[in-house]
Amino acid sequence: MSQAWPEMEEQTLPAEFAHEEESIKITGFWMFLVTDVLIFASLFSLYAVYAGRMGGEPNPATFFHLGPALAETLLLLTSSFTVGLAIWFMRRRQVGAMTAWLVATLVLGATFVAIEAREFLGDIQSGYTWHQSAFLSAFFTLVGTHGAHVTFGILMALTLLIQVARRGLTPVTARKLYTFSLYWHFLDVVWIFIYSVVYLGGRLG
Amino acid sequence: MALPHPRVRRAWVRGALLAGILGLALTGCGPHYVLLHPAGPVAQGELHLMVLATIAMAVVIAFVLALLAYVLWHFRDRPGRTAPYRPDWTHSRRLEVLWFVIPAVILTVIAVPMVGQTYALAKLPPKSDPLVVDVTSLDWKWLFQYPQQGVATVNYLVIPTGRPVLFELTANSPMNTFWIPELGGMEYTMSGRVLPLWLEASRPGVYWGHSGQFSGVDFEQMFFTVRAVGPSQFQSWVATVRRTAPAMTEADFRQLLNPGTVGTLTYASYPANTFPAVTHGFTLNGGMYMVMGNQPKDNASQPMGSGAASPSRTSREAMHTMPGMSGR
Amino acid sequence: MPAFVPYLLHTLFPPTVLRPTEIGADVLIVATGVIIVTVLTRQKKWGWLWREWLTTVDHKRIAVMYLIAAIAMLFRGGVDALMMRTNLALPSVHFISAEEYNEVFTTHGTIMIFFMAMPLIFALFNAVIPLMIGARDVAFPRLNAVSFWLFAFGALLFNISFVVGGSPNAGWTAYPPLTELAFNPGPGENYYFLALFISGIGTTITGINFLVTILRMRAPGMTLMRMPLFAWTTLCTSALILFAFPPLTVALGTSLLDRLFHASFYTLGHGGMPMMYVNLFWLFGHPEVYIVVLPAFGIFSEVVPTFSRKPLFGYTAMVVSVVAIMVLSYGTWVHHFFTMGAGPSVNVFFGLSTMLIAIPTGVKIFNWIFTMWGGRIRLTVPMLYQLAFIPTFVVGGATGVLLATVPVDYQLHNTYFLVAHFHNTLIGGTVFGLLSGLYYWWPKMFGYKLDERQGKWAFWLFFLGFWVTFGPQYLLGLEGMTRRLWTYPLGLGWHALNLISTIGAYGMGAGFVVLVYNVVWSMQHGERDLTGDPWDGRTLEWSLPSPAPEYNFARIPVVTERDAWWAMKARGETTAVRVRPDEISALELPRNSAMPFFLGLGFFVLGFGLTFRWWWIAGLGLAGILGAMLWAGFDYEDRKHVHAEEIRRIEAALGRLEA
Repeated sequence: MSQAWPEMEEQTLPAEFAHEEESIKITGFWMFLVTDVLIFASLFSLYAVYAGRMGGEPNPATFFHLGPALAETLLLLTSSFTVGLAIWFMRRRQVGAMTAWLVATLVLGATFVAIEAREFLGDIQSGYTWHQSAFLSAFFTLVGTHGAHVTFGILMALTLLIQVARRGLTPVTARKLYTFSLYWHFLDVVWIFIYSVVYLGGRLG
Repeated sequence: MALPHPRVRRAWVRGALLAGILGLALTGCGPHYVLLHPAGPVAQGELHLMVLATIAMAVVIAFVLALLAYVLWHFRDRPGRTAPYRPDWTHSRRLEVLWFVIPAVILTVIAVPMVGQTYALAKLPPKSDPLVVDVTSLDWKWLFQYPQQGVATVNYLVIPTGRPVLFELTANSPMNTFWIPELGGMEYTMSGRVLPLWLEASRPGVYWGHSGQFSGVDFEQMFFTVRAVGPSQFQSWVATVRRTAPAMTEADFRQLLNPGTVGTLTYASYPANTFPAVTHGFTLNGGMYMVMGNQPKDNASQPMGSGAASPSRTSREAMHTMPGMSGR
Repeated sequence: MPAFVPYLLHTLFPPTVLRPTEIGADVLIVATGVIIVTVLTRQKKWGWLWREWLTTVDHKRIAVMYLIAAIAMLFRGGVDALMMRTNLALPSVHFISAEEYNEVFTTHGTIMIFFMAMPLIFALFNAVIPLMIGARDVAFPRLNAVSFWLFAFGALLFNISFVVGGSPNAGWTAYPPLTELAFNPGPGENYYFLALFISGIGTTITGINFLVTILRMRAPGMTLMRMPLFAWTTLCTSALILFAFPPLTVALGTSLLDRLFHASFYTLGHGGMPMMYVNLFWLFGHPEVYIVVLPAFGIFSEVVPTFSRKPLFGYTAMVVSVVAIMVLSYGTWVHHFFTMGAGPSVNVFFGLSTMLIAIPTGVKIFNWIFTMWGGRIRLTVPMLYQLAFIPTFVVGGATGVLLATVPVDYQLHNTYFLVAHFHNTLIGGTVFGLLSGLYYWWPKMFGYKLDERQGKWAFWLFFLGFWVTFGPQYLLGLEGMTRRLWTYPLGLGWHALNLISTIGAYGMGAGFVVLVYNVVWSMQHGERDLTGDPWDGRTLEWSLPSPAPEYNFARIPVVTERDAWWAMKARGETTAVRVRPDEISALELPRNSAMPFFLGLGFFVLGFGLTFRWWWIAGLGLAGILGAMLWAGFDYEDRKHVHAEEIRRIEAALGRLEA
């Protein structure tokens, strides 16, 4: 890429929007997020319908573990904050701080995935597989799709860290970091819905 | 491609029109057009609406075709055309409002009776005492159970004339639709759900029924016949069946569940808990129809329509709420 | 012989794919393959094919590849249709078996919608939209190639099912529980779900791509309300894709989880509800109907003004009605299953919302007719398709209103009346529209016109064949014939109309043959388009040479009103076509990439492995996909520099450089 990094003083737009080409890519990423919102909306609708057809099995009081879910919520909320800090430092071209906060984000995300995987394994060991009922199919698919998204996000961010280490902050890497942060915030929002609809709703509803 | 001389063309068009009308007159009234020869009030009502909508739509089609023909004839670019060329005439608020309003009016003409008819078909006629038939579509056969009479048939129905029949539809197979064109419209049969459909034959006769939803390799075997007979003949048919036909055993029922085709079968009785035949041991509870697989059969088979709200109506109303919205 | 060989042979070539038709197809495929490979090797064209086509990211070349694939798929889907019609020509004829018939109607529907109509639409989007709005390419050229290869490999995966393993056989809608393992253990439905899943990802990316292209990359001065209507319908189609394909993805994905990993979304036991699939499918399926018909509306809105020499009548009303159709199309999906017991209130709501769509559609029909009013109508082939479209589509719309009338639908649902209705809208609307657009933009894509006389022959065969085929099917519906029946007994009186319908289908087949002949003949003898503006066009693409150079516009035009090119011609401005040397500057153009091809290949391998549950092959495919994505992430050289001198040289050769 031969484009020059624009001087901060001349900029009115944030770094990731400074080039028309990169700005267009951010618009495209928003469109992608729209499709992902609808994927989750469809999965939520399946879950909402099947949640009423549990037929007594499994028992909501013992099936939904509110403790781990709350921990997951806190982890993901915190990671949304840390990724915001990473972008804040990126815009000030402080690569070191940016990298540090991004790594913190990934650690939080990985912990989230680990807790979720442990919970799933526990469910399966207790004999709850998705073969058993439509409800469990919908539950594992909805929560699992979110978990897969987080995992993919972590891998994406790892390749971004390598790219930044090799090329520094350029219009392209800045745009990629920014779109990653959008993706991460989006996953956080989806999780809040999962936590309130699936876990809280399951225990209280 | 050169078109023939206008006069030749007009004659040709007139000939084609005449042939078309004649053809329709010859075939359209034929008894094969089952949708045009209703044998009961439900099909009759649906036909009325169909005719109304067809007339309304024919008006639209005729108007558009005439307009198109005129424009084409008048503004075609060829030597000697004197039609004005008006490249600047690009919009007309008045015209655009007009062709917004006219279709809206025509659609209203169809929509108002449509709403009334849809609600009317959803409930049994008041003060009626329907015959109940429990219908299960299987791979690839129809099982008909008469809970009030206790008899069962496969692939054929006998119903009394002049009395509504409430069909309770379910499936123990992929989806099908239950359809007797001369008596009225179809409804899906789906496993895990029971859908009501009422029909009535006003005159005796033999009608055919079929499935409208593809269900696998022997789908074309899903034809069945419906014999509508007078009420007393119906009673004597039931009596004959009870006297002469064998009882359906559990084993017979399991045999019917296996994929395959059979001819017509008749049973004097059938085992309890075979409707809806709950599959693979999964209990339906909290479902929309509240039919419990492990409850005595008579729960769903009491004589219907005598109370204030007919069961057909309540079950249809229940279908407004998606399952799962009910509390767990 | 190792033990796995018989297993492999039996899995890949079960008895169901060793029937005469399939073996005939095998021979045909192998023969065609041998011919292609021989020709390419003899002519030493492999490098050319790879560099110029398979790795291209140029929207104009991607358009050509979409077009070739779509026409091949039209052939396949058409042959399926003829097999069906032959079997139905007479009562109790068993030309093909029930098993084969069930496969053929499934692949016919699936191919025509997903692998014929969609790529043909994308061919025209790619060929026209950037030229029309004054852009040098689409927003994401490399993703555009990804879209194409996902479509192409998805289509390939779907089509090999015919000769390897067995085709899907549960209809193009694939309702469970018929598609569940218990009723359908073969690989056929796996092929269906995976192929649609893969090509669906490609389609979603195309939607995003054109949405962003139109929103962000229009020439200076081209406000939204100055856009050609085809750009408007492309915008709305892309938005529909964005909102419609996710529910399909979920419907397909959950079905796959049921089949491959024993989940219980739609199985008979375990509390699954097949109706949830039906809801999700039609939440996609109804907008899909408008995804394929809106572009046709856009094409007609370009064709009619051009061949009437008059601006589009009621431009604003046209835009408003397109947007209205787009919004309303999300609120009608239940009309595909009024007979599933949703209750009268739900049915009435969706019946009324469906009728409501007829109003904006009617507005469009009248506006097209009044565009011709006061014009000078030239009866070229594109215009003939338009003129055939109006009556055909109006009848399709009118029968649609009949079907939206809920109690009438109780009788007509899933009968041949329905079959005739949706072919009236899909052929009368989409196919006539796309053929019109193809004849119209063909000179722009290839630099020569398609012969008009042959085109008219193809048109009349196709148009009359259409009515002979589908006119009788309305009556068959009234006779109570339901769809997807592989044969029928004599006594029902269905035979005469079925025979007529079959004759018509062969007429349409003849029309297709003439169409292909027309293309092949015109390649050699067609009139070359030297001006770039063979029809006296109105929009910007006609200001460019045919075909346009790789960078499209040497200098991006400035737009001041609607029908920009027509206005420039009216003002006598030659600057639109002639460029001064000093106005040309160096350009950054997208660079070819092999990544999209390998990404598509990875998806194909993954799909094939999953179809047969051969996990290690699936793993290989997944590794390929991840590898291609990493490649894309680390490849920063996606643009190439073109010197101003180079562009001056090309423009001079085209005779467009001012001295």
